[in-house]
Amino acid sequence: MKLISERSKQVVTAGDARAVVCDRPSVAGSVTQRACTFCGSRVVLYPIGDALHLVHGPVGCAAYTWDIRGALSSGMQLHRNSFNTDIRETEVIFGGEKKLARALRELIPVHRPKAAFVYATCLTGVIGDDVEAVCRGAAAEFGIPVIPVQSEGFRGTKKHGYSAACAALTQLIGTGDTAGIGPLSVNILGDFNIAGEIWTIKGYLERMGVEVVASMTGDGRVDDIRRAHGAKLNIVQCAGSMTSLARMMQEKYGIPYVQVSFFGLEDCAAALYEVARHFADQAVLERTRALVREETAAVLPVMAELRRDLEGKVAALYVGGAFKAFSLVKALRQLGMRVAMAGTQTGAQADYEHLKELCDAGTILADDSNPLEMAAWLAERDVDLFIGGVKERPVAYKLGIGFCDHNHERKIGLAGFVGMAAFAREVHATVMSPVWKLVPRRARASGAQP
Amino acid sequence: MLEMTPATSTERTALKINPAKTCQPVGAMYAALGVHGCLPHSHGSQGCCAYHRSHLTRHFKEPIMASTSSFTEGSSVFGGMANLQQAVSTIFEMYDPEIIAVHTTCLSETIGDDIPTIIGKCQNEGKIPEGKVIVHANTPSYVGFHVTGFSNMVKGFVKYLAASTGRRSEAVNLIPGWVEPSDMAELKRYTAAFNLPTIMLPDTSSVLDAPATGEHSFYPKGGTTVAQIRAMGDARHTLALGAWASSDAAELLTKQCEVPHEVLDLPIGLAATDRFISALAKLTGTAVPQGIEDERGRLVDVINDMHQYLGGKKVAIWGDPDQVIALTEFCRDMDMKPVHVLTGGNGQAFEERIKAILADSVPGANVKQQGDLFLMHQWIKKEPVDLMIGTTYGKFISRAEDIPLVRFGWPILDRVGHSYFPSVGYTGGLRLATQLISAIQERQDRDAPDHAFELVM
Ligand code: SF4
Repeated sequence: MKLISERSKQVVTAGDARAVVCDRPSVAGSVTQRACTFCGSRVVLYPIGDALHLVHGPVGCAAYTWDIRGALSSGMQLHRNSFNTDIRETEVIFGGEKKLARALRELIPVHRPKAAFVYATCLTGVIGDDVEAVCRGAAAEFGIPVIPVQSEGFRGTKKHGYSAACAALTQLIGTGDTAGIGPLSVNILGDFNIAGEIWTIKGYLERMGVEVVASMTGDGRVDDIRRAHGAKLNIVQCAGSMTSLARMMQEKYGIPYVQVSFFGLEDCAAALYEVARHFADQAVLERTRALVREETAAVLPVMAELRRDLEGKVAALYVGGAFKAFSLVKALRQLGMRVAMAGTQTGAQADYEHLKELCDAGTILADDSNPLEMAAWLAERDVDLFIGGVKERPVAYKLGIGFCDHNHERKIGLAGFVGMAAFAREVHATVMSPVWKLVPRRARASGAQP
Repeated sequence: MLEMTPATSTERTALKINPAKTCQPVGAMYAALGVHGCLPHSHGSQGCCAYHRSHLTRHFKEPIMASTSSFTEGSSVFGGMANLQQAVSTIFEMYDPEIIAVHTTCLSETIGDDIPTIIGKCQNEGKIPEGKVIVHANTPSYVGFHVTGFSNMVKGFVKYLAASTGRRSEAVNLIPGWVEPSDMAELKRYTAAFNLPTIMLPDTSSVLDAPATGEHSFYPKGGTTVAQIRAMGDARHTLALGAWASSDAAELLTKQCEVPHEVLDLPIGLAATDRFISALAKLTGTAVPQGIEDERGRLVDVINDMHQYLGGKKVAIWGDPDQVIALTEFCRDMDMKPVHVLTGGNGQAFEERIKAILADSVPGANVKQQGDLFLMHQWIKKEPVDLMIGTTYGKFISRAEDIPLVRFGWPILDRVGHSYFPSVGYTGGLRLATQLISAIQERQDRDAPDHAFELVM
């Protein structure tokens, strides 16, 4: 497989002594699957359902991020609308601040949000709009927090966007009343309630006797986030996006945090135990044990049954952050599957080292991959399952390979014990689907077609 | 989710809510995918390219290949020349396209990158292999909308490549407008039926409706070839379908190569298809082939048979100007009442044209260019309709107001079929008409009280 010469150090195989070179900008001209800062900020803040999300920039940025993420809300769904200042040539010449101020004035009294986030884009960054000043003015005028998000696309990858989003959240945290928050209380960071996942997690925590103060940001509410500093522990899931916020809350409010994953049986159980141990409360620990026992017992038979078919099948994955990749590798192993390729858009050096340990020798590890490479690997390793996002899906299908979305567009909650069963069912359904036999490549291999 | 939409609309001067348009580059990308062996290149931040690819993927359910200049904070200050030069080397080394079609983005436009100069530099430094080409289009997102980007990119291909050798050929150029791969294939079927040698630019058929072969082909077999685009300069005539998407390139062909052109509506519906077919008949000097006459007859037959279901039904239509104009005329001809008609795109001509179409049948229709779906919802709340025709984004309104939606236009993110079955021409009109009729009949069935629930309709 030929690689772009500058990229050759970004790909290694497990068992290889070389380290993956990563954390570097994509080579200009590559068909990278990566996105930008704006995208990162949008996905992190978007799920807050009672906030106004105003994209200050041209229409495209707003249109492409209009309700593309299945971040469910149990109440208000203001976040699912697309609000945009629709910057035109006049503003490019004369500046967009006035238009932004007018937009906020036209919006806030009508929709009465609890807070507003104003996202900067490439364009408003380059023309030099003082978004912060406009936000300050609007906050004073309407008496709600109006928070600028420094999400200009050119600042970097999604990761930079995550930090910008975290910085925006810090402006909300600490402004609410923490009265009534008990000692066994947590915030959940880095879960976006895709397909209702946070409801599963919250359910577990409640059964353990742990109170959830704020969820950031899945099914998030402005007032909860404002009092998040009253919680006694931060649970950080999907560490790539929100660890910086947890660190900041530790420094500023002395709230410790744990990094966990709720995906996969092992990881989910470990996560809940870690929370329980943190509180060093015997009753909580007992309840957690009972919960894990009960939930695992319910799921194991399902998995054993599906594993019979999946044993020995080969998977490849390409996901945003490395934490997702760790959990996936482990979960796939529980289903008896081998991972032939694991790649991420934004993994760090240490992440790849950890991945190497997790994966079997010979597994391809790739940073910032592109469809050409991936298609070649998928075919070469004769993979049965590809896990990725929207841009990867059709590549898998063209090759006649099963696919699971592990990104925005997934419709099935994968978190928690029930999520593992759902994942197993989804993997099984696509890997075992008879439709792949219709694809010429497979049909030829099985002798069914000339 | 739309529970907050008030029925009375207040003046909005600074704001779009739930847009009915998007930005230019995605249109440029779509146009470039209709050229064989072409890699669209997005000169800007990575995000733009990722968004455009994802959106096209959602609509076509196909892999979309495009590269990006991957701007960084530095490029936003010092310009993107170095990025584009590096990109050109990378692309030819790695992806080996016949042609690279560069389009700009908000960012590179605002910082003022001069693409022709950069391409010239690449040429001088030997970065462009023998026989390969780079073309470009300026597609600032703060001007126009996605169809403008499509138009600009098609114009870009013409500008760089079309040349007249002095010998006129028998061929006719066809600029199909922003239509589906299936529509492009159908248009070719029509010109073939007239035995009319045709060069169509762009042509996404057999690109974005590629069959499953078990392999991923980076450059599927379809698309207008570079040689064909060059030959457009020698054609004897250009037919441009859709003023918004296609007229600029046709005009440029006249200016640059003296190829006369005419601009027609998109041939969607009966009357617009009639005009397209008679243009073909005129160009070839032949009668309309019997087979096409028969297709027309079938469409008329179905409209007659089912007129009692369509007559007087109020519809709301939105989408891109070329599509909406043709669709409004078609609905009017079937005795439907388009009471709300809107485009996110810009151009006063849109409002004038729609008002002219509806002058006799719906004189008080709400018509707006540069509208959005929030406004459409408000209109519908004030004056409900029987049917909505437009993009997937209408599904929120459809659900909130319990009105059937027939998906039409770009993008359709939640159904399949649009890229495989044409809606242009008589057969396409037949498909559209049956979709509208079915939607209305389904609703009638659903709402009928038990005693009035009919077996035969
Ligand atoms: S930055 Fe501009 S070109 Fe890029 S997606 Fe946003 S609107 Fe489109």
